[in-house]
Amino acid sequence: MLSRVAESIYWLNRYIERAENVARLVDVNLHLLLDLPEMFEGQWDALVHVSGDYEDFKERHGEANQSSVIEFLTFDRENPSSILSSVMAARENARSTRESITSETGEAINEVYLSITAPGAKDQAIQNPHEFFRGVRRASHLVEGANSETSSRNEGWHFARMGRSIERADKTTRILDIKYFLLLPDISHVGTAVDDIHWGAVLRSAGAFEMYRKAYGKVTANSIVRFLLLDAQFPRSVRHCLTRMDKSLHMVTGTPERSYSNSAERRLGQFLSELEYADERDIMRQGLHEYLDMLQTRINEVGDALHETFFALKPVTEAAAG
Amino acid sequence: MRFDSYQTEGFYDEMFDAVGSPRVEAEPLVERIQSLPEGELRRRHQAAERALMRLGITFNVYGDGEGTERIFPFDIVPRIVPWEEWERLERGLAQRIRALNMFIDDLYHDQKVVKDGVVPAELIESCTSFRPQCVGLNPPGGIWCHITGTDLVRSDDGNIYVLEDNLRCPSGVSYVIENRSVMKETFPMVFSGLGVRRVEDYAERLLATIESVAPPHASRPTIVVLTPGVYNSAYFEHSFLAKEMGVELVEGRDLAVVDGYVCMRTTKGFERVDAIYRRLDDDFLDPLAFRKDSMLGVPGIMDVYRQGRVTLVNAPGTGVADDKVIYSYVPKIIQYYLDQEAIIPNVPTYLCWIEEDRNYVLDHLAELVVKPANESGGYGMMVGPHATKETHEEFRRRILDKPRNYIAQPTLSLSRVPTLIGDAFEGRHVDLRPYILYGADEIFVLPGGLTRVALRKGSLVVNSSQGGGSKDTWVLSPPNGQWQSQSQNGGGDA
Repeated sequence: MLSRVAESIYWLNRYIERAENVARLVDVNLHLLLDLPEMFEGQWDALVHVSGDYEDFKERHGEANQSSVIEFLTFDRENPSSILSSVMAARENARSTRESITSETGEAINEVYLSITAPGAKDQAIQNPHEFFRGVRRASHLVEGANSETSSRNEGWHFARMGRSIERADKTTRILDIKYFLLLPDISHVGTAVDDIHWGAVLRSAGAFEMYRKAYGKVTANSIVRFLLLDAQFPRSVRHCLTRMDKSLHMVTGTPERSYSNSAERRLGQFLSELEYADERDIMRQGLHEYLDMLQTRINEVGDALHETFFALKPVTEAAAG
Repeated sequence: MRFDSYQTEGFYDEMFDAVGSPRVEAEPLVERIQSLPEGELRRRHQAAERALMRLGITFNVYGDGEGTERIFPFDIVPRIVPWEEWERLERGLAQRIRALNMFIDDLYHDQKVVKDGVVPAELIESCTSFRPQCVGLNPPGGIWCHITGTDLVRSDDGNIYVLEDNLRCPSGVSYVIENRSVMKETFPMVFSGLGVRRVEDYAERLLATIESVAPPHASRPTIVVLTPGVYNSAYFEHSFLAKEMGVELVEGRDLAVVDGYVCMRTTKGFERVDAIYRRLDDDFLDPLAFRKDSMLGVPGIMDVYRQGRVTLVNAPGTGVADDKVIYSYVPKIIQYYLDQEAIIPNVPTYLCWIEEDRNYVLDHLAELVVKPANESGGYGMMVGPHATKETHEEFRRRILDKPRNYIAQPTLSLSRVPTLIGDAFEGRHVDLRPYILYGADEIFVLPGGLTRVALRKGSLVVNSSQGGGSKDTWVLSPPNGQWQSQSQNGGGDA
């Protein structure tokens, strides 16, 4: 498959997944707003910290409150990670690969673009944010579903899956990181009902609440960290995402699993092994926020290696014509 | 929805005759449209436009910043071509393309046509789209113009004429196919059982055409479509055709010449490409051979082409036959190579480089259509009766300045087709662009084509860049004939 097309498919899927996850991040606050209305002040700041460029936000929007943060994360075209920017970038990539992605996938992407740019979309998001963000999540699922049910398991599909997986892994670490920025009234609230409500909101936003309950029952910080980072079965856990990515990567290259033939496979394999043998108690001891930072850096490194390996073919050196 | 108040206003109407009765071939359609409940047609029309938007079937308009993407306006009332008429057009187009191909091949070899005095030498020498770089080239099978879109118009005398030839990168065929599919979706009950011939197998035919002229070294040739990129106005079509053929859509930057072959950059390294359906003008194809500043092309590709290691579709150099001055010689060209009368006549054309013609043109600017010899897309032309005095004078200056660059034709009263405007039918002028494929085995004329419609009242300019729209074109099968098996839903109502 053309390097350019592979890269576009990879990014288009990253962007759609990104849009979904920004919706999920906002959702954390929307849940909290319902559950803890009296102590909510200041919580919008937390969202900006984990999801975007804080300096940029302060400069252009000033105070963080519901409408400024939703504007920034949703419709702000100058914020490259806003939902609108992500959807537009996804669509641009879809347009330049429309001969390679299936029509159903292309249509699903075009539909979300049209709905989000329709006149009145902004008013709807402000008046009825739950409905709006639910719409964004569902649109992402529709794109994923359309692709999953209409595309052959060819290279394009694997690059799509890698894009989805790496973006989701990154965003799950950020959803979890929100907890770090959420303010507890004081240290004595750790482990109290307020703390539990925070953790519950994090789980719900990651779409993990029900699956977590089945697996662990009681809400505890350690189990949640274990579930969202290290669980082998939950599809939004970092480990699960990276496992999927690793499988697709090996399908593309034909290298046997658990071995490597390029830097992307080596980096990812190494990283994944560490996660497979990690323990949530060590993570908590080390400091969750610091650990999440480290994960994000490692995820970026995998992305860079992928780029080097597949998308940046240098001209006329590795000539293999004939 | 009734046609009762519809007026042909003295124009030739494709659907109604001079006294306002439906033409025989249009009767069933008129009947079906009239039986629709009030407002239904409008609703269906809106549904069709929404479908086009959702599918992203849009074109880009040059020069705007934002909002450059529009759907190509689509009118829901189809244009019908009766089978006898089509049969004649099909023969006429095949004849024309065969002769033009011989002409191009001759021009780049012995120029017998010039030596025998059929086409003046100075005409070829002054033709900006003649490519000296192509002299002596021998494309596989001797075929240069694999894909042609020929613009036809019907005048008020009822005859169909060739208005211009497009042998470079004719666009629009994707709309033919998409219009049909939207039409079938929104209007199944009107469509079924009328014996409309299929256009959906175009891409398969196109693929077979390209395969038939691939270099002999490739047993299973790798074919690609080369696009200038996502900002090109016809990008949708490029990706559409690549997808329909199941081949890669590449940009210049995806290709490189490696060890004497054209290769594409893939996730697994360089991969050889054997035939390229290029939707890029000659000028941009190869900065080493043509325009040096082209960022869109592939350096060195012409060398590979000369060696016969890649096929370019269409071949470089075919633009010479698009020249509107050369166009006026096509009937003679047909006579010369095939010893036949042209089946479809040309529109009478005045050549401004000939003194007598030029004087006539300058005296009649207010009546004539003046066109530059080498533009397409309706750019740079003047419709005399619709233009201001200042424009007439402007064109007078241009003609005197560069007479070779201009031709003039009588302002034809183009035929009309009922078109849904608001809640009523109004006549709008149309042309027709059929598509012709020329492969090693045969010439194929797609039964259908792009009917472009000038949506502005009274306008004669049908180009999409100038406020034109399109209609589905229904070429009918002969009644109960051998075509029945090929016809759309020929078996009965769905």
